[in-house]
Amino acid sequence: MATGHGLSLTAVSQLSWRNLWRNQRRTIIMLLAIAVGVWAMIFMTALMRGMVDQMIEDGIDALPGYVQLHHPDYRDDPNVENSLPPPGPELLVALGSPPVEAWARRVKVPAMASSERNNRAVMLLGVDPQPEIAVGFDPSSIVAGRFLEGPNDPGLVVGRKLLERLETDLGKRIVIMSQGPNNSIADRGFRIVGVFEGKLSAQEENLVYAAIGTTQELLGMGEQISEIAVKGGDYRDASALYAWVEQAAGGQYEVLPWTKLDTYLGLMLGVMDGFVLVWVVVIFMALSFGLVNTLMMAVFERVREFGLMQALGMKPASILYQVLLEALMLLTLGLLLGNVMAVASIMPLRDGIDLSIVAEGIEMMGASSTLYPALKPKDLVMANTVVIVLGILTSLLPAWRASRYRPVEAIAKT
Amino acid sequence: MAEIKCVELCKTYRQGDAIIKALDHVSLDIEQGAFICLSGPSGSGKTTLLNMIGGLDALDSGEISIDGQRVDLLEKGALADLRLHHIGFVFQSYNLIPVLSARENVEFVMQVQGVPAAERRRKSMAILEEVGLKDMEGRRPSQLSGGQQQRVAVARAIVSQPKLVLADEPTANLDSVSAKHLMELFVELNQNHRVTFLISTHDERVMRYAQRLVRMRDGKVVSDEIQISD
Ligand SMILES: Nc1ncnc2c1ncn2[C@@H]1O[C@H](COP(=O)(O)OP(=O)(O)OP(=O)(O)O)[C@@H](O)[C@H]1O
Ligand SMILES: [Mg+2]
Repeated sequence: MATGHGLSLTAVSQLSWRNLWRNQRRTIIMLLAIAVGVWAMIFMTALMRGMVDQMIEDGIDALPGYVQLHHPDYRDDPNVENSLPPPGPELLVALGSPPVEAWARRVKVPAMASSERNNRAVMLLGVDPQPEIAVGFDPSSIVAGRFLEGPNDPGLVVGRKLLERLETDLGKRIVIMSQGPNNSIADRGFRIVGVFEGKLSAQEENLVYAAIGTTQELLGMGEQISEIAVKGGDYRDASALYAWVEQAAGGQYEVLPWTKLDTYLGLMLGVMDGFVLVWVVVIFMALSFGLVNTLMMAVFERVREFGLMQALGMKPASILYQVLLEALMLLTLGLLLGNVMAVASIMPLRDGIDLSIVAEGIEMMGASSTLYPALKPKDLVMANTVVIVLGILTSLLPAWRASRYRPVEAIAKT
Repeated sequence: MAEIKCVELCKTYRQGDAIIKALDHVSLDIEQGAFICLSGPSGSGKTTLLNMIGGLDALDSGEISIDGQRVDLLEKGALADLRLHHIGFVFQSYNLIPVLSARENVEFVMQVQGVPAAERRRKSMAILEEVGLKDMEGRRPSQLSGGQQQRVAVARAIVSQPKLVLADEPTANLDSVSAKHLMELFVELNQNHRVTFLISTHDERVMRYAQRLVRMRDGKVVSDEIQISD
């Protein structure tokens, strides 16, 4: 790289490197500042990602599925009338092959649950237990009794909170009342066979699980269902699954991905990337003051040297490179240290951070009480890129200053 | 080889309210291969004149040409190239790059010129031996005495045999043995390689070597005489 116009890259790097260590204390302080900043960027991002991922995943499990099919009017009026026939042969074939991994038929209607003491408005879910688990129901959330055992199980599974509200207990009977077709009233007594604990307290209070066959019979709706929930692939990009199901469904169904079914959840996923960028840039801003200050000091201290180099025939551009390279070395070392610190502090937390002390508040926001930090390569890349790119931009000013000194002024005896 | 013509050079500096005429209508012709000493009291404008010839500062008025090329009209980049390839500098006070060793300082100009490493090393070691610093090649400037630093600067100025050497008080910090040795080295380069020397000095020992002695006072040339060497 030697040219007649400037120092070779190796020679400039050598100068930069030695100058970097000239004021060791200052360099080490700045390195630590960068490292801590980068650590904060990556560590906090991983925590936020972990929290949001979990909120989204829990939210999707509660929907459930990444894509759902409904009668076009169902979402406005979740009524028995707005139900679907069971999937036809073409749709069945589509649901049986990739990208679909699991699907479930469900009946979902508003109902009234009454014990001998109390009654509550609930959402009655008629589910087929095996597929329901496959699309999102967590069997380990059953804290007493059992989950439903087949499409015609006569039992009922209710949330822990609802049990308290109704002042009833496992093994006792409650009455579920809803509206059948043609405004008929349908009701039936169920024995409570299981109690579940929901990730969200609203689920515990509102959801009542019955077997799908039993529910269809109660409501007198034959083989009709309220919705089909479909799961498959990566929830972050449900577009392929959506397209596949949509095409097979034909026009009679309303097919929607989870991002549209729960727009708040969908928004969170989209907003997160921007949020990470803002966070990273904000930390960098704080760092940049220190960086500019350090470099400016390093430049002012060396005014005479820069003048001397120019007097000897070095081009101002080489001086600019020299200072930029020095900044780049500082940034790279700081980044290296910061990345190592971040990874080293996240790794031991892979099994989750127990937040149960503050869990009450967090649960209300829709997050669960164990936080799994999510270290994503793209977040690492973003943090490192921002620091390098903005760092170099920030260093341009001191570097430019360094290259602007007039040789005579610089070397004039003091 | 370099032929330098200075015509009516003027340069004023402002210090507070006072205006200082650092160069006051200085005209000077320097023939090819000359060996000239510039003497005069402190503040007489010696350093200013050397800086102007080396294109380190802009004139208020006047013309300077080196081998027919108008230095005062060159733009910055061209001036840098001129200094890099044709002029060797020894500055009065601040000469060495602190983070480089003695040898690396000597090699610095060659490095900017793009001279291959092996050749740089050979030349720099040879010249360091000439100035008596062979054993100090690895020392940083802070580990060298003022005189040793001065000799490193001289070594750097002459190592790539420029056609013109501008030396500002090169013997200021040297004992008489080193000063004598240095002057003999200059004379040798002047006679065998036809390098033009312009040396500013207060030092009588240095003036003795000059073929021509130019005296300055208050920014003016007050005398200009050819010396017959003894
Ligand atoms: N950058 C500057 N700003 C203001 N005044 C200056 C500057 N450089 C030189 N001068 C003034 O110009 C005059 C000539 O200075 P110069 O350095 O050329 O003298 P000199 O002959 O080299 O002196 P010395 O023997 O002390 O080195 C002095 O009065 C000096 O104070
Ligand atoms: Mg001077």
